[in-house]
Amino acid sequence: MSSKVFITGIGIISAIGNNVEETLSSLQKGESGIGKLDNFSSRHRDHLAVGEIKESDDLLKTRCGVSQTSRYSRTSLLGMIAAKEAMLNAGIIDISQFRTGIVSATSVGGMGVAENHFLEYLDPDDDNKFLDYINTLDCSDSTEQIAAHLGITDYLSTISTACSSSANAIMFGARLIKHGIVDRVIAGGTDSLSRFTINGFMSLKILDEQPCKPFDASRNGLNLGEGAGYVVLESEAAAKGKNILCELSGYGNANDAYHQTSSSPQGKGALAAMQKAFVVSGLSPDKIDYINAHGTGTEINDLSEGLALRQLFGDKIPHFSSTKAYTGHTLAAAGGIEAVFSILALQHKLVFPNLNFNTPITELEMIPAQSLIKGVQINHVLSNSFGFGGNTSSLLFSKITA
Amino acid sequence: MKAFIRGTGVISPQHTFLESNFPETLIETNTNLFRCIEPSYSEYLNPIMARRMSRVIKMGIASALRCMKDANLEMPDAIVAGTALGCLGDTEKFLKAIIADDEQFLTPTSFVQSIQNSVSAQIALHLSCTGHNFTFAHKGFSFESAVLDALMLIDEKEVETVLVGGIDEMTDHNYFFYKKLGRWKTEQINSNSLYTSTTKGSIGGEGASFFVLSKKQTPGDYAELKGVKTIYNPANPGQIQNKLAELFAENNIKSSDIDLVLYGLNGDVRTDHWFTSVMENYLKNIPDGVFKHLCGEYQTASAFAVGLAARILKSGVVPDSILYGKLKPETVRNILIYNSYGNNHSLFLLSGLTGQE
Amino acid sequence: MNIAQDELIDQLKADIIEQLNLVDIKSEDFQADTPLFGTGLGLDSIDSLEISVLLERKYKVKITNSQEGKKVFQSLRTIAEFIRANQK
Repeated sequence: MSSKVFITGIGIISAIGNNVEETLSSLQKGESGIGKLDNFSSRHRDHLAVGEIKESDDLLKTRCGVSQTSRYSRTSLLGMIAAKEAMLNAGIIDISQFRTGIVSATSVGGMGVAENHFLEYLDPDDDNKFLDYINTLDCSDSTEQIAAHLGITDYLSTISTACSSSANAIMFGARLIKHGIVDRVIAGGTDSLSRFTINGFMSLKILDEQPCKPFDASRNGLNLGEGAGYVVLESEAAAKGKNILCELSGYGNANDAYHQTSSSPQGKGALAAMQKAFVVSGLSPDKIDYINAHGTGTEINDLSEGLALRQLFGDKIPHFSSTKAYTGHTLAAAGGIEAVFSILALQHKLVFPNLNFNTPITELEMIPAQSLIKGVQINHVLSNSFGFGGNTSSLLFSKITA
Repeated sequence: MKAFIRGTGVISPQHTFLESNFPETLIETNTNLFRCIEPSYSEYLNPIMARRMSRVIKMGIASALRCMKDANLEMPDAIVAGTALGCLGDTEKFLKAIIADDEQFLTPTSFVQSIQNSVSAQIALHLSCTGHNFTFAHKGFSFESAVLDALMLIDEKEVETVLVGGIDEMTDHNYFFYKKLGRWKTEQINSNSLYTSTTKGSIGGEGASFFVLSKKQTPGDYAELKGVKTIYNPANPGQIQNKLAELFAENNIKSSDIDLVLYGLNGDVRTDHWFTSVMENYLKNIPDGVFKHLCGEYQTASAFAVGLAARILKSGVVPDSILYGKLKPETVRNILIYNSYGNNHSLFLLSGLTGQE
Repeated sequence: MNIAQDELIDQLKADIIEQLNLVDIKSEDFQADTPLFGTGLGLDSIDSLEISVLLERKYKVKITNSQEGKKVFQSLRTIAEFIRANQK
């Protein structure tokens, strides 16, 4: 069993950049991607702030090198772009050189496309363009399309646990490697905006019409976003001689078992996930240099996550921030996207600011990073992703010692 | 990596739930669609608990609770589910509401329930289980991934018991669409004639099957689950054979040690040749069995097969109704399952237990 | 209690049973003064959102904030009183 799992490549697309380079630049400059919804219409447009990727599906198809008439959902296209970047970033030219798998995550798959044809779906007599898109509702559809795009056949799977999905995909990928099922895994997630999710979150009354304010006393809810983030995980043997970005040193998944959508008041599930990550890594909390929090900007999440952090770190909370005011909450892609941010933080010795913060939450008195912090020692980064259904996940990324 | 199957809970188109008279009495269908025989959910869920649960969630929870009782277990250390379609009924409901009211007056229940991990989340909530909780949603690999996750957890020594299941519901709409896509037979057939059919398509099915996988053996265990393999989009049966060889080598056995192979033949002339090829070339002279005439075709049908194999190994009885071909095993120690759903192929190896009471 | 108030409570009860799918609930477990949240009926935050939409859609009254919601949603009776006080 390989004892260590290394990360050799990253790939990303979101409202703040079409690739790693653009993303890093936006993060450094504090340039948020939150704005108005442009790509499709919604009655709620004027009351929405979203992290939308402005490229149309047609443009994304061109970037992927697929024909304009091909039936790829936006979710698949975003995933194909980010996963391909990760693969190239890892210097993988011959996919068959090692046993390679893909573990991808999505919450609504191709809903953004399918919902446009739903009336046809309801009408049994209709001649049915919907048939072309019915497979896009299947979560595995985007995974298999990304796999085909990358030439991966050895192992495929798809995880769907709401907002913790791609963090879970990454830890599952690492465990597959440790158990010798495969030697490397492209792991992460992808999700695109849709009327379905916009209306869903609207009905839960947890959206902020303005750009969100994670960890702020006057926070008002989250902004939805879209995007994809993937990492290339490799065994020690497969990574030999390669440019290793960092080690995935710890991970943990737990369940809050409190409520379908709200976190428990003291953040029990969040605490359990983080504690598991520490056990796997063998690290103690005082070793953490930066926490990329889940920090959605909702009243409940930020308080409960903050309380969990207090329980774990006491008065010695390291630098922390939520980056969701940059990208919006990208649902199943969040874990993958924020894994990329965490790795960039490690690589470039940066702590990214928690935008739109003014006043700490009274019960927490916790102040996140408010501007870019440069040149700090960043050896270990903790990244949190918490989803509906009480699903809580934490990942730990560590610099490799020379 | 291996684990003991300590308990089962299966809701299927057969009388599997209360183990009353399956497989003595078998249910057939002439409509090309199998629907589950469902228990009275009020035995497992009070009205408040069940208020927002759609059918598939109730199926999942009831079979999970039944399984826990069968395993004599109060709390699993982890819960892992495989469901390809999740809660499609709730998805449809919410979408209909968005369209009908032009994005107004929307209520969150069906949106919240439509989330793919609702079944495993609701089970965790019901049991107050705070352990590892994953949901896999990959067509014919959904249950397989869940089992692999469970086996890895047990091997990592992180847990002692895992509640693992495969759940999929065939909604009317979905059945209709698969029909348009040519997945079902165009002619009505009796489910018992599935394997003599020479036409395209199969018959629809659904089910919810949960198992408690346990690190340690306890009296009353069904069988040992010794491995799971997946093969994506194989180019030829030789690739299936390679995975078979891998599975056998990992368990120090040869094909001649297999007493029964359960095949996922589904009556579709386009794809059944995969199974017959393996039967004739790599697993010759081994008694063959089939199961889709009992549960129909759906993405997590392999979970039904695992339940069937576990039951056979515990009882030592191979029902004639599942045999395919002339051979019948005298004793059953090792059962291999070879299933497929589309281009997702999978293998499971189960062994009986000695020293059982 | 006047007849109109009782009728409103009965109607509201039927609407909530339908909206929240409480069809199997026993009558004695859901009365005019039964606490809706916490102990009593045991509803949660998702149910309160459902009830808010029901009030807006059918009864044309709106809950403006969650503090108000907590007070109004104590029982069928308190909701009925809110409707009567705020219905135009």
